[in-house]
Amino acid sequence: MMLGLNRKDASLLLIVAILVALAPIFLNPFPEQSGLAQFNAGYPDLMQRFVIFGIFAIGFNILFGLTGYLSFGHAAFLGAGSYAGVWMLKLLTINVIPAIIISTAVAGIFALIIGFISLRRSGIYFSILTLAFAQMSFALAASVLTPITGGETGLQTALDDPRILDGTNTTGNIPAPSIFGLQMGDSFQISVGGWLWTFNVGYYLSAIVMLSAFYLAIRIFRSPFGIMLRAIKSNQQRLNYTGLNTKPYMLACFVISGMYAGLAGGLMVSMDPLAGAERMQWTASGEVVLMTILGGVGTLIGPVLGAGLIKYFENIFSKINDNLLHKWFAFMPDGVEDFIVSIIYPFVGKGWHLTLGLIFMAVIIFLPGGLVELGQKVASIFKKKGSTPSNNPNTEPAE
Amino acid sequence: MDQIILQILNGLDKGSAYALIALGLTLIFGTLGVVNFAHGALFMLGAFCAITFSRILSLSKVVVDETQKDFLGNPLKVDVPYIYDWFGESAGQVLINWSVPLAILFAIPVMIIIGVVMERGLIKHFYKRPHADQILVTFGLAIVLQEIIKYYFGANQIPNPAPEAFIGSFDFGAAIGLKAGTIIYPYWRIVYFCFAMLLIGSVFAFLQFTTFGMVVRAGMADRETVELLGINIDKRFTIMFGVAAAVAGLAGVMYTPINPPNYHMGMDFLVISFVVVVVGGMGSLPGAVAAGLLLGILESFASMRQVIEALPGINQVVIYLAAIVILLTRPRGLMGRKGVMEE
Repeated sequence: MMLGLNRKDASLLLIVAILVALAPIFLNPFPEQSGLAQFNAGYPDLMQRFVIFGIFAIGFNILFGLTGYLSFGHAAFLGAGSYAGVWMLKLLTINVIPAIIISTAVAGIFALIIGFISLRRSGIYFSILTLAFAQMSFALAASVLTPITGGETGLQTALDDPRILDGTNTTGNIPAPSIFGLQMGDSFQISVGGWLWTFNVGYYLSAIVMLSAFYLAIRIFRSPFGIMLRAIKSNQQRLNYTGLNTKPYMLACFVISGMYAGLAGGLMVSMDPLAGAERMQWTASGEVVLMTILGGVGTLIGPVLGAGLIKYFENIFSKINDNLLHKWFAFMPDGVEDFIVSIIYPFVGKGWHLTLGLIFMAVIIFLPGGLVELGQKVASIFKKKGSTPSNNPNTEPAE
Repeated sequence: MDQIILQILNGLDKGSAYALIALGLTLIFGTLGVVNFAHGALFMLGAFCAITFSRILSLSKVVVDETQKDFLGNPLKVDVPYIYDWFGESAGQVLINWSVPLAILFAIPVMIIIGVVMERGLIKHFYKRPHADQILVTFGLAIVLQEIIKYYFGANQIPNPAPEAFIGSFDFGAAIGLKAGTIIYPYWRIVYFCFAMLLIGSVFAFLQFTTFGMVVRAGMADRETVELLGINIDKRFTIMFGVAAAVAGLAGVMYTPINPPNYHMGMDFLVISFVVVVVGGMGSLPGAVAAGLLLGILESFASMRQVIEALPGINQVVIYLAAIVILLTRPRGLMGRKGVMEE
């Protein structure tokens, strides 16, 4: 109906679009001066990360969610895209549009090469091959390729970059990435009562890109191509027996997924023009796996939710320290207070990874469908007691 | 010539650590069919068993020593480990000095218990789930174990020296008739290699020459038939999981003097160990050992100065490169069995 989507998908897209557009408001639910203000996530840097990692996870989900091929090297594409993006900002123009386009293209080519080789195997061998390629890229980027990648310190823009389209300037500050004159860091702030809302150019650019990426993902999920990919997941052998060559479909899927990662990398350097080798390390690949699983594999909205949750944890949860905990529980008797703080403390602040690991394990064990499945279960309890969860095509895992 | 021997020796100690971890991984995979991403964490736990053990040994009380004076002339307070009271001072010192080898005795039961608890408590529920789920849940477990260790021991490397008798280097060149001083090799690495070989040998002997091992091998080959014969194969596989955990743990215990452990050492080794397992062939025990040693040696050859000059960066990537080449040319790895992990 709308944009070639059926009603359910269209309304999902619309809801996501509204949420993303109003994120600066509802991510800041606490007034600026209140004690809970540190749980506000509505500042530009974090919101940019929400949507950028959302794109990364959507792309990963196209591969893992639809075909079941678990890549442990997706960060390599993110890294390749980042480097390509910074080079565009250095050589061509400080406008971010060429950088984002080239990032996507370079990651696509990179994915084509790696995918062509890795996809000759499946299962754990595929995971190990992608892991090996990513670790190789990481090791090379950090050592031998230093002239291209900046090595350990990373690649960044400098004052005397050529910038062919803009013309070199050697005075003043290093120009910040911008889009037709609007700098990525520019914000427009509104203060209502005690609340402060920040509307940031970079965030809205990323958000628009994310919504288009999300729309494209919906189209892929619903297309004959997407159905073919699900068929590969459920029984590749049978497809082969019917005389169908699954290789081109897999490769196309892998490249698309890699391009999403490159797009995320390009946006990342557009927000902050610095690319480091650690972005390619396998822990970064592991992170996107965590995001996708946590949100819900094979669902449309799951990866975005997972990305948001993990980034929220990483930035907000990790800031809780023991002073703060003591302040919160100050109303209790001293002994009880100390006891409770000592129990909670290992799980917050620097220990947030522990909480993340535990949540992740719990999700894998009890909720293979991730947060989306949790939402469905809760919804079905409220809707009608005893009825089976509705088979909502939007959110059904691609099993 | 001496360069080549030196590189082979250098490769052997790292290679034997790879081989031990890969052996445990393969054991778990061959018996239970589970891809265990938490195996690196078990290696790390073993290393921290050694640290804990040496800390237990040096638990001390403060005693005022009248014979020693500090610079103000007051009697000096010295820490006296409890162990001196129990075994006498000289024996106590020897015990503390030898804490790393002695930690083996401590680590074996601890690691077996950890392994069995892990299998019964978590892994058991994942036999029927897809491999991807197994990878993911053990990956989560690895994160949790790491963070627990980080909470208790901090994020820094903790040194844990080898016994004094093994500190120093051995002039290997002189021993085999080359010029003295050309091939110098630390004693502890020789010990590590011998220990690894002994451990690998005993695991193989256990599987080959005991009735228990025979049943386990039969279960690996054809689980159903063994069950039809009325043997509780699950119980034995659980014990094998404990054994695999102990092997990884012991590899970690003995590795502490070579490289001071920190909480993420397991992850660093895990990635390479997986590559080793796949290169050796999923499910092949000799393959895992051979591939471990081979890749260790390959890595040290690639870090020779002449090689790096010819091919910059090769030392960083040679293992992965080898893995890619082998996987593409020999799909089952070096010694992989037919029908294992072939979807």
